[in-house]
Amino acid sequence: MSRDIPRAAVVQAVADLFRRANQELGADMVAALEAARGEEASPTGRRVLEQILENARLARTEGLPMCQDTGFPVVFAFLGEDAHVDDLAGAVDEGIRRGTAAGYLRASVVRHPLDRVNTGDNTPALLHLTLVAGDRLRLAVTPKGAGSENMSRLAMLRPADGEEGIVDFVVETVRAAGPNPCPPLVVGVGIGSNFEGVALLAKRALLRPVGDPSPDPRLAALERRIAARVRDLGIGPAGFGGTVTALAVHAEAGPTHIASLPVAVNISCHATRHAEAVL
Amino acid sequence: MRQVQLPFTREVLKELAAGDELYLTGTLYAARDAAHRRLVELIRRGEPLPFDPAGQTVYYVGPSPAPPGRIIGAAGPTTSYRMDPYLEPLLERGLLATIGKGRRGREARQAMLRHGAVYLAAVGGLGALLSQRIRAVEVVAFPELGTEALRRMEVAAFPVLVVNDLAGRDLYEEGAVRYLREGEAP
Repeated sequence: MSRDIPRAAVVQAVADLFRRANQELGADMVAALEAARGEEASPTGRRVLEQILENARLARTEGLPMCQDTGFPVVFAFLGEDAHVDDLAGAVDEGIRRGTAAGYLRASVVRHPLDRVNTGDNTPALLHLTLVAGDRLRLAVTPKGAGSENMSRLAMLRPADGEEGIVDFVVETVRAAGPNPCPPLVVGVGIGSNFEGVALLAKRALLRPVGDPSPDPRLAALERRIAARVRDLGIGPAGFGGTVTALAVHAEAGPTHIASLPVAVNISCHATRHAEAVL
Repeated sequence: MRQVQLPFTREVLKELAAGDELYLTGTLYAARDAAHRRLVELIRRGEPLPFDPAGQTVYYVGPSPAPPGRIIGAAGPTTSYRMDPYLEPLLERGLLATIGKGRRGREARQAMLRHGAVYLAAVGGLGALLSQRIRAVEVVAFPELGTEALRRMEVAAFPVLVVNDLAGRDLYEEGAVRYLREGEAP
């Protein structure tokens, strides 16, 4: 027996999550920013962190987006094999459209990369569908700003490059990005899979509550190693110089080819947004 | 922390140093990618611009829509390097300052030095906070571009830091070097 999830419930959930993600910075991010404020050595950096926290508070209480770049709408749907939704992709787009209007979010999507005509309502969403066990639908809406997305990179390393090569590539990517992606950052790292798979691993790494280490001890150690090197870069809050350049480094790994070591770095800003619901 | 009345004067610009924190009050022109493309096309065709850049400051921003009861939505800076290709034609017409976030390219920095212009950073991602420092806004040109239209804004105590001053210094380079640990390249 499959469980029917009404299309209208999906529309409503996505609309609410898209608006909420943009107006209410997650408790995990707020806690990480507060910890960073205590840790930052630069007085300018501490003032910037104070302003970031004040901005998050204002956005929540005034019903404004925390950033005018309300993001490219990325939606992860984890659909139970025993659940059924009519027109899931259409329902997600309708939710994005309604959330954009209800939250006074900016229209930031163009229909074609060359003619660059704005669709006016942030559709279509980029929908990542995963089938899982059960009869529920878990939705994670993660609007992603372009300032940090534009600083993300992917490399097809050689297996011989190993962990050293991975660490160097991630650190070099953060160094090259400098102030542009709005530090302090959340750095999503994908390792393994193939060309398209590794980018998705890096994006999924950003879904994890900020600062939770990987459950895989080997990846957790790699995250700590990268975080220590990133701290040494001196970029600091807003890139004005300082000791807190990243709030967290999250790595995800997947099976790969005997000849491959793909690495993707998906950089995210101090307004790393996600909101989730289970239907 | 220094209060500065806009428009800038060349005398004030000379006193600014990379790292200075300023509160700006007065008029800014808001434009980002699409408005810049239009402005530079008008210049190439020898047609008049919808505003006179001489002595003015351009803020790189594409605000979110104004909710009811407000004049503007979130309005923090966008990444400036995307406007580098459009910078010099505006400097040639007397633009004195730009506000955005992130590094400028080498050519843009050289052009600013040649023309005696500065680059200022607002903190990226402070959309809600900076929105409250904008006291009036009107669309000047290209309304069909929506968020990317050219706007005139009146700001009060709008917080920025000097990144590139007239001496050729760069806050981003100096700041990172100050906190760099041994073994890492700047």
